[in-house]
Amino acid sequence: MTALTLDQVSAGYGGELVLGPLSLTVARGDKVALVGRSGVGKSTLLSLMYEHWPDGTAMIPQELGLVQSLSVFHNVYMGRLSQHPSWYNLVTLVRPFRRDVSTVQALLAELSIEDKLWERAGELSGGQRQRTAIARSLYQRGRLVLADEPASALDGPQSEVVMAALTTQFETAVIAMHDVELALRYTDRVIGIQDGQIALDAPSRELQAADLRFLY
Amino acid sequence: MKPASALRTTLVFVAIGLVCLLFADIEITTINPWQELGRLGLGLIAPDFRALDYVAEALLRTVAFAFVGVALGAAGGFLLALAFDWYLVRAGCAFIRAIHELFWALIFLQFFGLHPLTGVLAIAIPFAGVFAKVYAEILDEADKSAEKALAGGTALLSRFVYARIPDAWVHLVSYTAYRLECGLRSSAILGFVGMPTLGFYLQSSFMQGQYGEVGALLIVFYVLIATLRLWVRPLLLPLYLIAAPFLLGSGLPIIWSNVSRFFTQDIIPSPLRHGDGWLAAWDWLLNILTHQALPGIWSTLVLTQIALVVTGALTLAAYPLVSRHFTGRLGGTFGHVLLVIARSTPEYLLAYILLQLWGPSMLPAIVALSIHNGGIIGHLIGRHSNALTLRADAPHGLNRYAYEVTPRVYGNFLAFLLYRWEIIMRETAILGILGIATLGFYVDAAMEDIRFDVAMVLILITALLNIGVDALARLIRRRLHLRTSPVEVAQ
Repeated sequence: MTALTLDQVSAGYGGELVLGPLSLTVARGDKVALVGRSGVGKSTLLSLMYEHWPDGTAMIPQELGLVQSLSVFHNVYMGRLSQHPSWYNLVTLVRPFRRDVSTVQALLAELSIEDKLWERAGELSGGQRQRTAIARSLYQRGRLVLADEPASALDGPQSEVVMAALTTQFETAVIAMHDVELALRYTDRVIGIQDGQIALDAPSRELQAADLRFLY
Repeated sequence: MKPASALRTTLVFVAIGLVCLLFADIEITTINPWQELGRLGLGLIAPDFRALDYVAEALLRTVAFAFVGVALGAAGGFLLALAFDWYLVRAGCAFIRAIHELFWALIFLQFFGLHPLTGVLAIAIPFAGVFAKVYAEILDEADKSAEKALAGGTALLSRFVYARIPDAWVHLVSYTAYRLECGLRSSAILGFVGMPTLGFYLQSSFMQGQYGEVGALLIVFYVLIATLRLWVRPLLLPLYLIAAPFLLGSGLPIIWSNVSRFFTQDIIPSPLRHGDGWLAAWDWLLNILTHQALPGIWSTLVLTQIALVVTGALTLAAYPLVSRHFTGRLGGTFGHVLLVIARSTPEYLLAYILLQLWGPSMLPAIVALSIHNGGIIGHLIGRHSNALTLRADAPHGLNRYAYEVTPRVYGNFLAFLLYRWEIIMRETAILGILGIATLGFYVDAAMEDIRFDVAMVLILITALLNIGVDALARLIRRRLHLRTSPVEVAQ
């Protein structure tokens, strides 16, 4: 994979332009934070990226994309459905293989929800649901992760764990977030969106939290 | 929905109903109808369980036919639902569900005879058409966010069983359970055309004047349906499904030459069969249209519109019986029992009984259709009203009914009523078999004259009429911005 390039893309909603046209290049190894007011088009930009680079990309949408009536294990396992034959997936649905269970369990332990392994996703709290979706992307692996507010329902220490995991276990990461401090600490590049355009694109180490205030 | 447009729609339907009433033939022709009704009531109060093995066999066969028919219908419907985007599949399903179970049974009787296959297919085919539509809607309305988050290149099957089925599962199961109840009713009435189910036993007890037995059969049937949730358990289901095919009875063997004769000769329009050419066939068709189809369509429409309005009136009168805003615990329980009885009684069975008591006219049909459908919709509206929260100082009694509750549930009421319009028409057509001059009457007469070509044309016309009413109801629902999902109807 070379650099990921979006060239003059735009997106609209109901005939109205909400994003772009804008161009953007994400280099291999970049850890990018997307910041900006809510509703400014961060989620839309992430979906555009997913459409352009679907292969080998793990996606954590804001609504998480969990199946409420399946267990946490199965929701996490869904990250690797494409890596197994269909019969294997069908058997797993009824009776998971021990090997997969222990891998998933280890991942959940990192996020401190290993005790929820067999609980149904619909019965979890907001923070637990969010960590389940993150575990799914970590289990899926891949070169790029696209995450939309992955730590919004998590407390301080937990959000540190999640940011560390996403930025170290994926080669490239694009993470939409509004906790500016957290963004500056875990990413190496910040892209600020305003009025559907890129209003700021700079290395994190050159920025202070105050420099981003104009975006909000 | 604007109140004015809902009111206007209601008034138009009521006006049409009143005009139809002018053309309807409504009378009680038996000499002593109340005495007969009294005897039947006595039979219900003092049921005769001496012939227990007789009652047990009626029940066993009814359940067996329902299970096999509904299971096949559900399996077929599920496969069709997967291809429901395809126009031909959608149209085909609309067509097979527009033909009533009893019509399917009459068709299969002509070539499979009294073999169990006749009853099983008569349930399975129309049910598959309904299942396909509803399953497709359920799968379509399921949350798609999980599917979108899957890694690219996930195989279709894995995608489907992980991201689609699990969250739709509850709805699929509850709808299937509801249809099993419908299947039991269908299975029961198949007895009226000769299958060894409840209707068959009921008919023969009636003819012998054994009202005690009639009472016993009816009571056991109500108990069977009311306790459905207790004896149909997920763990027992496989057992039932394995056992059911062996409990259908042996019937009579299929004569295969009849099957081939039916398709190669019987259903070919007679002028063509005799080589009289297309012009003669056209005359033949015109003759059917003017002498059978048109009068049949006319009385089917008249009866349907009257029954629809009476159903609506009955619903509005009945829903307070099961609404917590109007009844206490005791009254509520009584109301529930009443409505369960009303909706568990198949229209056909009720019409048959009333026809015995009052003699042939449209009256028994109107009463039967309204009681059954009013019971169903009344139950649904009552439950809807229970979800409403009224302010603490809301008025009581009639004022509460007219100002607080009814206006709030009126949209749902119209939606459910329009949803059942097509179902009422389907039933109206079939009630013709009992001697009321709707389309079913002409179909039955043609079958008895062994003019299957004519019968097939009439069934085709009936199906088209149902499809037309269904389309009209959908149009009105959309105009009034009414939305009901079939899943809601099922619960």
